[in-house]
Amino acid sequence: MSATTTDSRESIFARIREALTNPATPHHRAVHPENVAPESTLKQWLPAVGSTLDEQIALFAENCVALKAEFKACSSLDEAVAHINQLAADNQWTKIATHHSELTDAVASKLSTAIYHADETYDKLVLETCNAGLTGCEALVSQTGSVCITPHASGGRSLSILPPHHIVIARRSQIVADLPATYALIKERYSASGYPSFISFSTGPSRTGDIERILVLGAHGPKRLTVLLIP
Amino acid sequence: MIAPKKLFKRDVVQNTADVPRRAFVRNALRGYEAKRDENKAKFLDWQSARDVASEIKFEGINHLDKYLKQFAQNAEARGTKVFFASTAAQARDYIVNLAREKNVKSIIKSKTMTSEEIHLNDALEKEGFGVVESDLGEFIQQLRKEPPYHFVFPCMHLKRDEISSLFHDKLGSEPTNSPEELTMIARRFLRQKYIQADMGISGANFLVAETGMISITENEGNARLTTSLPKIHVAIVGIEKVLPKLEDLALFLPMLGTAGCGQELTGYNTQIGGPRQPGETDGPEEFHIVLLDNNRTALLADAEQRDALHCIRCGACLNVCPVFKNVGGHTYGTTYAGPIGSVITPHLRGLQDWKHLSGASSLCGACSEACPVKIDIHHHLLQNRRNAAAEKPVWWEKALWIGFAFLMRRPFLYYLMTKAAPFGQFFHPLIKATALDPFLAWTHSRECPASATTTFKDYWKQHKKQKDAASV
Amino acid sequence: MKISIFIPCFINQFYPQVGSQMVELLERLGHTIDYPEGQTCCGQPAFNSGYWDESRAAAEKMLEAFADAEVVVSPSGSCGAMFKVFYNDLFKDTPQQKAAKALSDRTWELSDFLVNKLGVTDVGARFDAKITFHDGCHSLRELGIHDAPRLLLANVKGLELIEMKYPICCGFGGTFAVKYPEISAAMAEVKTDLIRETGADYVVSNDSSCLMHIQGYMDRRKINVRSLHLIEVLSKQ
Repeated sequence: MSATTTDSRESIFARIREALTNPATPHHRAVHPENVAPESTLKQWLPAVGSTLDEQIALFAENCVALKAEFKACSSLDEAVAHINQLAADNQWTKIATHHSELTDAVASKLSTAIYHADETYDKLVLETCNAGLTGCEALVSQTGSVCITPHASGGRSLSILPPHHIVIARRSQIVADLPATYALIKERYSASGYPSFISFSTGPSRTGDIERILVLGAHGPKRLTVLLIP
Repeated sequence: MIAPKKLFKRDVVQNTADVPRRAFVRNALRGYEAKRDENKAKFLDWQSARDVASEIKFEGINHLDKYLKQFAQNAEARGTKVFFASTAAQARDYIVNLAREKNVKSIIKSKTMTSEEIHLNDALEKEGFGVVESDLGEFIQQLRKEPPYHFVFPCMHLKRDEISSLFHDKLGSEPTNSPEELTMIARRFLRQKYIQADMGISGANFLVAETGMISITENEGNARLTTSLPKIHVAIVGIEKVLPKLEDLALFLPMLGTAGCGQELTGYNTQIGGPRQPGETDGPEEFHIVLLDNNRTALLADAEQRDALHCIRCGACLNVCPVFKNVGGHTYGTTYAGPIGSVITPHLRGLQDWKHLSGASSLCGACSEACPVKIDIHHHLLQNRRNAAAEKPVWWEKALWIGFAFLMRRPFLYYLMTKAAPFGQFFHPLIKATALDPFLAWTHSRECPASATTTFKDYWKQHKKQKDAASV
Repeated sequence: MKISIFIPCFINQFYPQVGSQMVELLERLGHTIDYPEGQTCCGQPAFNSGYWDESRAAAEKMLEAFADAEVVVSPSGSCGAMFKVFYNDLFKDTPQQKAAKALSDRTWELSDFLVNKLGVTDVGARFDAKITFHDGCHSLRELGIHDAPRLLLANVKGLELIEMKYPICCGFGGTFAVKYPEISAAMAEVKTDLIRETGADYVVSNDSSCLMHIQGYMDRRKINVRSLHLIEVLSKQ
């Protein structure tokens, strides 16, 4: 690869080892490694999360409000389907993109809008014309109101970012308390079999404050994010 | 070439005189501060979180060889190409050559300060590659042919009408007063670029050694698109960005969001651990990571200031810095502005050429207090001043301080001087604030305090006499 | 208690009343005051400018002057921080390292000393005025002093303390004020705007160097707010 450019790996490592022969000087504000508890206790410093599932769902819902994402706890899959059909009707959607999975298939089969399956050989030009992307998720993070997505749980990288509306369908059991617990879950699921090439936390719809720090939604990614929770 | 210090002084004079712009930037950052405090308050213990974050970075930086090696091995095991670049030129060459070999037509970029550091866009454009910045602020700055003003808020110094006329001139859009409409103009323009681009270039906020992943923090989704759609993804990252473990992100992502933007978590936090893997729907066919040294190892070798490599480029120190707020980001004349920039630039680009940045600080310490990884920023500014003076003293400064020490070591001579001062001050009004005034640097904007004819030393002599008399 | 006082050079020269009122207050509280006459300047200007050898030459004399002191009290947070924090850096790996550490351990800033060492929060002062308080950065961030001066002010009868919206630097910064006068003055402008916003008649601080800068700027701009050192308020009857 790029034969004309030589890699400096060895010389960089040599410089690093040379540099590290002097131990770092402690300074006025130094804390020492032995004073720091193991990372499994990160929870004690991070924002608080309730211990029951209901509390965690309530916090997730509260975070969604703050993030200007839409959250709906549905009593059944049919209620979720009805909600999407309503969105489609209200916004005159013509095509919803999705991927194959147990949940998304169950929902998609009942939708009244045309479905585009963005699997394997999808065309990004077609995906770009879809009104919404319907995906599953790896987990919903109560602490931050984030949707954790991976290719295993949520289809391809583009599906959840290219269409202007991202709809997430998830089960109550997919609610996870906080970020440490989410990473623990990811490790548990993938550390042996190999991590997906892509893990992402979507926290609210796409946003920017680059112009006069005024919040604008839908900078590049979805302008809207809807999270539908089913039993 | 004009010396950086000269340019700095020129821009200081110009930008501190721009009162409305200063007020605009100040108010924007006060808005940030309020949001930051709101989110800091959500942490059960922000100060301890800083301690822990600092220690995690300490571990990473002080075992950088171990973690970088681990990172590279894990990344390569998943089909990622890892290239180590000693210099900016090497990094540029690698990326330019790659673009040429792969017959790349158009390149989309998401925000990366490291690419600013190595002036990647210039190199690519010189070779005929079209490069488009996709972060809204960076896109605006690119259209203005101006580097980012701030490394998290690239165009925070611009008002909406300036952006509107920029878009009108460059993109032919209708003038508008609405930030939303302006954002949509950029969205529409950039959408096509994502679809067309065959190479996406990003930076990364973290390198996770344990899993060989990079982590990218953003709000807009432009980095998601940049790293999803093109068939080649190149990430350019400084070697100091390592974190030992995947779960370290559980702390660093919210700290970066809070300190950097005043958000508990930014819109998208993405970890990428390779090109498209078997069984995955999409993603780039090739993923290259360029790990850049560019004198970071020189800073690493400075045991006293090594913690400056803990920096996660959140910008919190810029946001609270009274110097930054009053001179603005471009005045620094280098990629990394603000307090942390004033610490590291002398290491990255030469102490004698850039020591003035360390001098231009009141040492108030607001930066160190704001830093989420507890870098001793303002003390490092002092150390840079010391190192610069020790290495190459300015002759008249040296003479001045030798005279100072001579006087201060002789209390009686010092006393005589303090008694002479009021006489000198008597005549001072004749030349005050004129070119003849030796105190012009003070009197240009401030009055001098009056020298006492009875100094404290005089008072004490009297007081002691009275006390002694009373006790007899 | 025998208290050795450290009167910074610019207080000796420009604000002798700050020193004398401190002496009188501490004596009134029943303490014996010693002023080691060999003291001149702590060396901070040279230290901040990077000329540590010259700074050390001046500072050595201070180590000698205060060698026998039981406790050292300074009415300036900045010069106090020089003793307490920066001498440890300045004398690191020199024969005087231990002496510097010993001085550092015995040094107090005045308000911190009154409240946290002597346990005094009410000195019986009365001052009918609206004031705002400026935290010197060295006092606030190097020494971590925030509450002590406020506790003392809270017990001054007739006094109303109105806090500024943002606790920012006044822009003095020692030699920085003359090396980069434009930045320094811009910072002073922002600071004085915050002071004026409070509607206070006085700006009070535990650091005369900041006040010298703030007052100097306000005088030039004909702003009618007066500056007072904390001790000047505590000495009002």
